[in-house]
Amino acid sequence: MTLIPKSVYGQIFTGNLFFDPIIGSVLGSLLTGNPITAYILGNGFLKAGISLIAVTAFMVSWTTVGIIQFPAESLIMGKRFAIFRNISAFLIAIIVAIFTVFLLSII
Amino acid sequence: METLKKTNLKKKNNFKWYFLIIIILLFFPLYFIFPDKGALVLNSFLKLSLQILPAFLIVYIIMLLMNYFIDNKTLKKLMGEKAGLKGWLISILAGIISAGPIYVWYPLMKDLQNQGVKNRFLISFLYNRGIKLQWAPVLISYFGWMYSLILLLTMALVSIPQGIITEKLIDYKISK
Repeated sequence: MTLIPKSVYGQIFTGNLFFDPIIGSVLGSLLTGNPITAYILGNGFLKAGISLIAVTAFMVSWTTVGIIQFPAESLIMGKRFAIFRNISAFLIAIIVAIFTVFLLSII
Repeated sequence: METLKKTNLKKKNNFKWYFLIIIILLFFPLYFIFPDKGALVLNSFLKLSLQILPAFLIVYIIMLLMNYFIDNKTLKKLMGEKAGLKGWLISILAGIISAGPIYVWYPLMKDLQNQGVKNRFLISFLYNRGIKLQWAPVLISYFGWMYSLILLLTMALVSIPQGIITEKLIDYKISK
């Protein structure tokens, strides 16, 4: 994460409304750090034309999925705990993104 | 059975050291090949270590106080099998107010797990660590208050079904 320039992340999205939330969730899962970094990157993605659902999925998975922390989580909390918690958090990031943007559009 | 458990635990403990040794052995040659990038990574590591240190102290003080003042019976009542709404509220609020990197919270979570706290509450706690109220002003300034409110509320609420479903998956044993 330290070695990859931040501008590279924005180029990963395709502009496809179906795949971008999944890409957002994958990217957010692979990266880690303070939520403020995710918000700054998310704002940059939004300005670059990436959909709000994809940006939301990215920010939510950034803060809730921990691939980097997985070895530590697995070692201390147990393999099944770490695997199922991370998989469910990954999927839920996409659901939260869809639900949030849907609610925002109707309010 | 006991011997098997001890052997597995020893293997796990050994893995911790192997992992650390491999990372150190990989880092140093790379540091000399790419000194600029190596310095960047080393700087990032030192910054993270300094960031972790105060949080470590706080977590271990909490662990010490909890072990001293709260017995297993009370913990099980608050966050055990029959905790209900109280358990969810505690795990959501604790997740939101918890600070510092997640690494420092795992030992406390393991301690709570051993004392009978249900996995569903620990999972909810972890999910709600994604809600950081101190950063909410930044989120609001970038995305607006309505979006921020909906997102943070949805995250807090969704941690309940996530805890329940994930706990069931963890406990699920394939029966022949």
